[in-house]
Amino acid sequence: MARPDVEEVEVELFVRALKLRHGYDFGEYARASLRRRVNALVQSLGTETISELTARVLRDDTLLPRIIAGLSVPVSEMFRDPPVFRKLRDEVLPLLASYPRINIWQAGCAFGQEVYSLAILLHEAGLYDRSQIYATDFSDAAIARAQEGIFPAREARLYSENYLAAGGRHSLADYYHARYELITIDDALKRNVTFANHNLVCDGVFCEAHLILCRNVLIYFTDPLQNHVLELFRDSLVRSGFLCLGTRENISFARAARDFRALDARLRIFQLEQSRP
Amino acid sequence: MRPRTDVLVLGCSAGGLRALHILLAGLDTRLALPVVAVCHTGSDDVSLLCELLNRSSTLPVHEAMERTTPQAGHVYIAPSGYHLLLGGDGRFALSVDPRVGFARPSIDVLFESAADAHGPRCAGLVMTGANSDGALGLARIRAHGGLGLVQDPAEAEVSVMPAAALAQAGADHCLPLAQLAPLLNRLFAPE
Repeated sequence: MARPDVEEVEVELFVRALKLRHGYDFGEYARASLRRRVNALVQSLGTETISELTARVLRDDTLLPRIIAGLSVPVSEMFRDPPVFRKLRDEVLPLLASYPRINIWQAGCAFGQEVYSLAILLHEAGLYDRSQIYATDFSDAAIARAQEGIFPAREARLYSENYLAAGGRHSLADYYHARYELITIDDALKRNVTFANHNLVCDGVFCEAHLILCRNVLIYFTDPLQNHVLELFRDSLVRSGFLCLGTRENISFARAARDFRALDARLRIFQLEQSRP
Repeated sequence: MRPRTDVLVLGCSAGGLRALHILLAGLDTRLALPVVAVCHTGSDDVSLLCELLNRSSTLPVHEAMERTTPQAGHVYIAPSGYHLLLGGDGRFALSVDPRVGFARPSIDVLFESAADAHGPRCAGLVMTGANSDGALGLARIRAHGGLGLVQDPAEAEVSVMPAAALAQAGADHCLPLAQLAPLLNRLFAPE
């Protein structure tokens, strides 16, 4: 058996320290990406080693929000993967339209780009007023950013292209205010969005949802945690509810995948198959 | 005595498509390890790239799928828009973490994860390209006792990337494109 290298051991001790001291459990995060993120924290906080970072996080509680923000590294864009949003617009929303109230759970909302993309889809389908979007993340810093709905203006062009490719009916500029180097999402789109802290690792069923979006979050989890979260989603969805994952996610090793059938396998849009017990 | 190599990771950028065609056309079908590649082509559609490469490649070329284990004698290409990593269990992992050196997928990310996962049982190859992606990753592979290979910058279609890798990491072998496949066939011949 090969001796693990120092950094590998340091990452384990860091994970252990976060759990014991602060109650955050990254034990079931896939190690390759976690290691990169921990090393990025070493860089940004200017410590020499991961061990030194561990010592600081044990002694200095004020550091915790930065650590949590650093380990969640949210990256997205509005209408990322336009065909997915087109499919939601063309096939999923018309089915949801039959419900008097529509609950949507965006699990892992990061900075909110997808929340507002969804809100725009609902608005253009005439469904926004009877929809409720629950946008959750385990990072308070991310939630605060998402709530503001402020993005760099230099992203606006990409967002607009994505929006149109996703079948947008107007101009994306109708939904934000541009000022200086920033765009701010219109408050009307925030009206039916509830932001809340929820950690997929340890928190339970959050709402009864008709659609759950959780794109490129499970890719950071080990197989057991991926399965655990899929079970959580299964238990949170109404009968025949929809689940939308990232387009390169593979759930074929998860037991809970059997409870879903693919509405569009390539776009990773699934529908709950079994009826609720 | 060098330990058996588990995986060959490969990076190419500008000029990479042509280089990959030539390299993959020359590989022995009994190659004893998987080849995992990050290729910056600017194309959103890696399945199309795989289809193109499959026309000339002796080995089957696939888009790498997360959580699966790369198989010897197969070539895997990183999906566009994602970093591709090798986990400690040897399986593929994906991430949408920020771009590294303007790139996602990043060659450095793949190489560093391969070095961490496979230590001395890993080989890295940097080919033609116009940036310095891969240089740090190759250095990490060599620091862990793995094998470093670089296409000779003098004959690479774009020399910047192999030159940066040589400067940063050095190499165990530095050869023109035409001689890379024969070298790989020899180094990673079936037992």
